[in-house]
Amino acid sequence: MSKLVKIALAGEGGQGVQSVAEIITEAANEEGKEALYIPNFGVEQRGGVSIAFVQISEKEKVGSPKFEKADIVIALSDRAVRRCAQYVDGNTVFVYDTAIEGVEDDLPKGAKKVIGIPAIETAKNELHPRVFNIIIMGAVIRSTHVVSEDQAKKALEDRLGYKFEQDPKLRELNYRALERGMQLVESQL
Amino acid sequence: MADKPIQGEKRMFMTGNEVCAYAALAANVDVMYGYPITPQNEIMHYWTRLAPKHNRTFLQTEDEISAGFTTCGGVMSGKRCFTATAGPGNTLMQEAMSMAEMMRIPAVFIIQQRGGPSTATVIYSQQEVTMTCFGANGEGLRVVYSTSSHQELFDYTIKSFNVAWKYRFPTFVLGDGYQAKMRESVTIYDPEVRGIKMVDTYPLVGLPGMPGVDRDPAHLRNTYNTEEELYEVVKDLVDAYEKMAPEIVEHSTMECDDADVVILCHGIVSRAAIEAVRNLRAAGVKAGFFRPITLRPFAKDALRPIAEKAKKLLIVESSQGQFAKIVTDALYGLTTPMETIFKPGLGITSDEIVNKVKAMI
Amino acid sequence: MTVATVLEPKMPKCWRQETKPHKFCPGCGHGDILKALGTAIDELGIQDRVVFGCDIGCSLLSWDLFNCDSIQTHHGRTTPVMTGVKRARPDRICIAYMGDGGGYAIGSQHLVNAASRNEKILVIVANNVQYGMTGGQMAPTTLPGMKTETSPYGRDPESTGNPTLGPEMVAAITPASAYVARGTMANLRQLTQMFKKALQNQIDGNGFSFVEALSACPTNWRTNAAKTWEFVEKEMTKYFKVGELKAPAKKEGQ
Ligand SMILES: Cc1ncc(C[n+]2csc(CCOP(=O)(O)OP(=O)(O)O)c2C)c(N)n1
Ligand code: SF4
Ligand SMILES: [Mg+2]
Repeated sequence: MSKLVKIALAGEGGQGVQSVAEIITEAANEEGKEALYIPNFGVEQRGGVSIAFVQISEKEKVGSPKFEKADIVIALSDRAVRRCAQYVDGNTVFVYDTAIEGVEDDLPKGAKKVIGIPAIETAKNELHPRVFNIIIMGAVIRSTHVVSEDQAKKALEDRLGYKFEQDPKLRELNYRALERGMQLVESQL
Repeated sequence: MADKPIQGEKRMFMTGNEVCAYAALAANVDVMYGYPITPQNEIMHYWTRLAPKHNRTFLQTEDEISAGFTTCGGVMSGKRCFTATAGPGNTLMQEAMSMAEMMRIPAVFIIQQRGGPSTATVIYSQQEVTMTCFGANGEGLRVVYSTSSHQELFDYTIKSFNVAWKYRFPTFVLGDGYQAKMRESVTIYDPEVRGIKMVDTYPLVGLPGMPGVDRDPAHLRNTYNTEEELYEVVKDLVDAYEKMAPEIVEHSTMECDDADVVILCHGIVSRAAIEAVRNLRAAGVKAGFFRPITLRPFAKDALRPIAEKAKKLLIVESSQGQFAKIVTDALYGLTTPMETIFKPGLGITSDEIVNKVKAMI
Repeated sequence: MTVATVLEPKMPKCWRQETKPHKFCPGCGHGDILKALGTAIDELGIQDRVVFGCDIGCSLLSWDLFNCDSIQTHHGRTTPVMTGVKRARPDRICIAYMGDGGGYAIGSQHLVNAASRNEKILVIVANNVQYGMTGGQMAPTTLPGMKTETSPYGRDPESTGNPTLGPEMVAAITPASAYVARGTMANLRQLTQMFKKALQNQIDGNGFSFVEALSACPTNWRTNAAKTWEFVEKEMTKYFKVGELKAPAKKEGQ
C-alpha cells in the first residue's frame, strides 16, 4: 500500500458499510498501522445514505478525520453513487455495484478508473445475501492493500468467532465471500 | 483502591467517547452525572456499563441544569465527579459552571462540541469556545484543555481531575463530535504506571464533628451584600487564577523558528495544520504552526515572540472567529498581518490550509 | 399492525403532500399519532388557525409535516414557546408536540407551570418510554427492569424511581376546566376523539389540555412489528392506563 490510503464507503442503511469500515480499520490497527474511521451521523440519518470515512497510514498518525478526495470510493446504491461524486478526482478509483440501475449518467467522469462489480448478484446467487458486505470488504482490501488477506480473516474471526464456533459453515461462507470480493476487482485493477 | 479497572497499559482502537469513559475510570472517578445529548452519549453508555463493575455510580438527571448542579453537589461532598455535554446542553450547564467558578468547585466537564447556534447539527464544530472559556456571568476563571486526538482525550481527562482538585477551578476537556465518534488508536494506562498520582479529594461539607462545637460549620455562599465585598472576592479569585496560570498553561509548536507563515489553530484542526505544514515544507514553503493546548489560561507569552517574528499569521478554526478573538486579544499591539479561514460548523482539511498559505506568500 | 394498515391510505387534508413520505422510521408511533392529530384538525376545520410547535426529539422530524404554520423549538421548550404565542395571539390554536423526554424530563417544569396556570394550549406527549432521537437512553417513563443505553442492566426503580405518570400528575394540578387524557397509537379512533375534545377545550377558552399518546420506537426497542404492538398494547398499559382523566362538562351536541 502507499503511505496513506483514503477510502469512502457508501451505501444504504442495511448494507453494512459501517461494519466493513470497522473490521478493516481494526485489522489495520492490529497490523500496527495507524487507522482512523468516522461514520457520517446526523439528525435525519434514518433513511439517508450511510458513509464511512476510512484512512489507513503505514506509520504516521492520520490527519483530519474527513477528507476532500478519496483514493477509492465504493458506492453501493444509486443515492450513494450520486452522493459520492464529491469525493472523486483524477486519482480516485471508483467502484460501484453493477446491479444499481439508472446511474449510468451519474458515474464520475474524471475518475482514474471506474469499476463495476456484481457484488449484490454474487452474494444473492453464489453465496448468501448476508455476506454481501464481506464481498465488499474483499474488494476494498484487494484494491488498496491496506491489510493482508490473512489479517482480514483474523479480524473476521475476532468479530464473528463466537458465531463460527456454533456453525463452522459460516466461517467458510465468510472466507469465500472475502475471496470472491478480491477476485471481482482483481481483473479490473 | 483494590480493583484497578486498567492494569498497566495497553493499545486500543476505539471511539473518543469510549476513551473518555476509560479515562474517568482510570482517574478513579466516583460518580458521573449526565443527560443524553449527541455527540457525547456514548460516554454515558460506556460509563453505565463499566462503572457498576468497579463500584462507581451514575445518575441520569432530568436535564443539563440538573447534571451541572448535581456534579457540583457531588464534588462538594468530596468525590471525584464529572459530567459531559454538548451544544445546547453546554448552554444550560453554564449556570452550574458559574457557581463552580465563584465557589472554587473542582468539577470536571467534558464538552464534545457540535454545530451551533441552537440545536443546529449533532455533528461537529469549534463553536463552543467562547461559551466554554467565558460562558455565564463570570470572568472565565476556568481551565480549558482543547484536545486533538484520542491520546490527548485520555491524557487530559486524567489531568483535568488533578488540575481541578489541586487548584480548585472548574476544569474542561474541550473535544468535538469528530473526536467523540471517530475510532483511532490510543494507549490507555493506569496513571500510576506513568508516575501520575491522583490528587486527593476532600469534602467541603459533611465534615466530621459537631459544627459550632468541634469545628466551624461550613457556610459556603456565592452571594454578597455590597459592591466592595464582591470586588474583594472576585479580585482574590482572579489573583489565584493568575498565580496558577503559568504552572498549567500548555501549548505546542512546529517549525516556527524560520516560518514565514505561522498557522494558529486549536483542537482537532491542528491535525490538518500539522499535515499542511509537512506538505508545505516539502514544497519549500516555510510554514510553521502554533497551537494552544490550554485555551484558558492562554499561552500569550509563548505566542507573542513567535507572532512578532513571523511574516504572516493564519488563523484557522471551525467557527466564525471565536478562537481568533482570544488570539487577537493576546497579540494586541503587534502588527503582523493576519488572515483567516473561518468555517463555522464545518471540518477543515489540510488541502484548504495548504492552498491558503500558498496564496498568502 | 392491522390497526395501522386499516387507516393507512387516508392522509389527513392538513398534512403537507410535498413532504411525504414523512421522515419517521417504519413502524414509528409518531406518524400514527400525528395522523390522528391531522384528522382531528381536519374534522374541526381549524387548519388555518393552528400554530404547531414541535420539540427536539424525533418530534422535530414533523417540522414541515403539516400545512400549518409550525415552529421547531428547543428540547423541552415547546410548551413555553407555544404559551408565548397563545398569550400574544389568543385567536390562534396552539399545539405543543413533544416526546416523553421533552415533556417529563427537561421540560417538566414548563409542563407543571403551564398546567398550574391553566394555559389555553394543547400539549401532546408521545410516550415511547425512552429517548428515541439520541439512540435509546432511559427516560422518566422507562418501564421497571427495561434495558436502555443508560440502564444497560435494566431500570432499577430503587435508584431511578418509577415511570412518570404524566396525565395523572397534570390532572392533579389543573382545575376542572382542563382536559386530560391518555390515548394510544393502538386505538387511533379513540386518540382522534381525544385530540378533538382537547382542541375544542382550547377553542372554547376553557383551559389547559393535555394528551399523552402511547407510542412505539421499533428502532431503539429493536422489535419487529408483532413485538412492537405487543409491547404497546400489553407491557405499556400495565403502567399507563388509557382513558380520560379529566373532561370539562360536555358542551353543545357531543
Ligand atoms: C438542551 C438539550 N439537551 C439534550 C438534547 C439532546 N436531545 C435531543 S432529542 C433528546 C431526547 C428525545 O427523547 P424524547 O423527548 O422522548 O423524544 P423521542 O425522540 O423519543 O420521540 C435529547 C436528550 C438537546 N437537543 N438539547
Ligand atoms: S428512532 Fe424511534 S421515535 Fe425516532 S423516528 Fe425512529 S422509531 Fe420513531
Ligand atoms: Mg421518547
